[in-house]
Amino acid sequence: MTTNSASTPTIRQRIRALFSRIWEPYRSVPLLGWLIAALVAVGLEQLVGLPLARGLGLTKIPALFGAVVILSKPALTPSALLFTTLIYILPIGIVARFTAPLTNRIAAKLAEYPLVVTALVHLVLLYAVLHIWCDITDYRLLVARLAMISIILTLSLNVVNGYMGEFSCSHPGFMSIGAYVASAFTIVLFVSENRFGEALLPPALGPYMFPLALMLGGLISAFGALLVAIPSFRTRGDYLAIISLAFMFIVKSFFENMEVVGGARGISNQPDYATLPIVFLWTILSIWIINNFVRSTMGKALNAVRDGELAANAMTVDTRKTKMTAFLFAAFWAGVAGGLFAHVLRYINPDSFGIRKLAEVLAMVYFGGLNSVTGSVVGAVGLSLISEALRPLDIFKWIIIPIMLILIMIYRPTGLIAFTEFNVEKIFLPKGRAPEGAEHASA
Amino acid sequence: MPLLEVHDMTHFFGGLRAVHDYNLSIEPGQIRGLIGPNGAGKTTIFNLITGIYHPTEGEILLNGEEITRLEPNQIADRGLGRTFQNLRLWRYLSVLDHVKMARYSKLTYGLTGAFFGTSKRVREEKATDKLAMDLLELVGIPHLADQIVTNLPYGAQRRVELARALATEPKVLFLDEPTAGMNPEELIQMMAIIRQVHSEIGMAIYLIEHRMKVVMDLCEIIQTLNFGEVIAEGTPEEIRNDPGVIEAYLGKEVVI
Repeated sequence: MTTNSASTPTIRQRIRALFSRIWEPYRSVPLLGWLIAALVAVGLEQLVGLPLARGLGLTKIPALFGAVVILSKPALTPSALLFTTLIYILPIGIVARFTAPLTNRIAAKLAEYPLVVTALVHLVLLYAVLHIWCDITDYRLLVARLAMISIILTLSLNVVNGYMGEFSCSHPGFMSIGAYVASAFTIVLFVSENRFGEALLPPALGPYMFPLALMLGGLISAFGALLVAIPSFRTRGDYLAIISLAFMFIVKSFFENMEVVGGARGISNQPDYATLPIVFLWTILSIWIINNFVRSTMGKALNAVRDGELAANAMTVDTRKTKMTAFLFAAFWAGVAGGLFAHVLRYINPDSFGIRKLAEVLAMVYFGGLNSVTGSVVGAVGLSLISEALRPLDIFKWIIIPIMLILIMIYRPTGLIAFTEFNVEKIFLPKGRAPEGAEHASA
Repeated sequence: MPLLEVHDMTHFFGGLRAVHDYNLSIEPGQIRGLIGPNGAGKTTIFNLITGIYHPTEGEILLNGEEITRLEPNQIADRGLGRTFQNLRLWRYLSVLDHVKMARYSKLTYGLTGAFFGTSKRVREEKATDKLAMDLLELVGIPHLADQIVTNLPYGAQRRVELARALATEPKVLFLDEPTAGMNPEELIQMMAIIRQVHSEIGMAIYLIEHRMKVVMDLCEIIQTLNFGEVIAEGTPEEIRNDPGVIEAYLGKEVVI
């Protein structure tokens, strides 16, 4: 492809030019515009989705943008594509484009208010989109909640593996500690006729105490992290990887042998506290806090430790404390994610937190991008959706996803969106015409 | 009272005696130099005093306080800043972040501030931004504040390191070959910056150098080291004419 590129534009260049011409008007769409467009699309699906799907010969609304339909019943591919185009691509494209002047004006107006107000408006919109989208099937509800839990998990692992540059393998372990602690907490206190006896408190209190259960799970995970951190942070290198891997297996066999929490059969009947809004709130909270942390000088000390521990130490950075804090912090969030996970599935067993889970979350971190909050969100949501979409392929899924990861590692060794700073103030701003990139691409 | 004192410091790497009975006393505001052939133990002495290694024997006092067994970050916090011979910058951090990082121990907002972005944190980060920009101004690279260090030319990277060391508010600044690898033009600029920093902030400076011109021009007192032992100490003039020093550098004249 590179040999004849001098004479005529290559196919790749042509595609790129075409793409940038289509994309051109959308450069000036602010986040607000996208959210409103998405809201219109999901609203449309809610209203006319079912009749349209039936009309196109589909039995029900395609749950994940038609991907599952295409893979399981290839004959219905045109219908699925048409459905996605009519319900999602066209409405979003049209609304986002033609409301851009209006949404830009609103965004400009919002920028005058404190950041909290702007953020709230966007979050409410985002939640509305999610809520309506999930309203169609329980399957979507499950996928969305699991994807959000993956965000928490991926972000927290990115703090250690990306920002701090260590390689930790114990995240499933921390997650399972959080899951078991939170499950035991809610079941003992609020579920009648459970394996431990009668409910100790009126179940009506349950949802209010749920944050406590999650935090308790997180804190005990962080305590577990302390046990890993003390021996492994004396030096750098592979020690943490080895010790944390061992820790993961120790935790797994611990729960396998704890008959009081069901042993290898696991524990079920968790109350249904991890609803969509609750998971959404915790996800936003974790993104907010983790992003705050990594953008502070204290958080950037992690980068300094990664890129040169000796220099960091000589510049007054308490490297040991920094590493410990970050590791415990990451474990806390993994614990919270575990607690949410247990209450979404309402059944856990030690096997859910094994090497498979580790591979999954590591893949999300490295797929999305090291040292990047945006990357982690993209990685977690992206891989969750891809993995669900490829479900009809069965065993081939586990061939395609690794191949995809290998390709990513070849072409973008640090992940899709690596080493960027997630600037909350900037994403809500109105967008003008992009000055340089556009004309360069179309020329 | 001297600002920094080192008494009878000896250090072994396994069986190798790298530093032997080393003594030093730096007065406030003084510029001292440390010279010696390659492998003489100059950087080892820096690493020993700044806490990267702990000496086998001897004691180190900063402002009368014993710092011999403290960790590098504690020593740096007490007022002993340093730069490194082979630049040790952080690959993915911006120039401004480098300088701000050296304020780590002076930030008081703690984890609460780091997690929740309190107003105290906003205030402190803003003040640190200002201080860091002032230091970048002082070393002459305020326009590079947002650059990632790996994109910078060598001379600018050296300046980043100097600004970063200055941000720790050193009472004594250790410069490990501040002009290594610089071209003559950069060298002159660097010397001017060191002079200016010294006159504006007035801290004591202890520097290792290979280029005699730099040492002779800047330093009031020079120590010469060979095989981990001080073989001469005195003013530049005395050092220049010391037969022991000439021998260490050029070898002994042998009459056959």
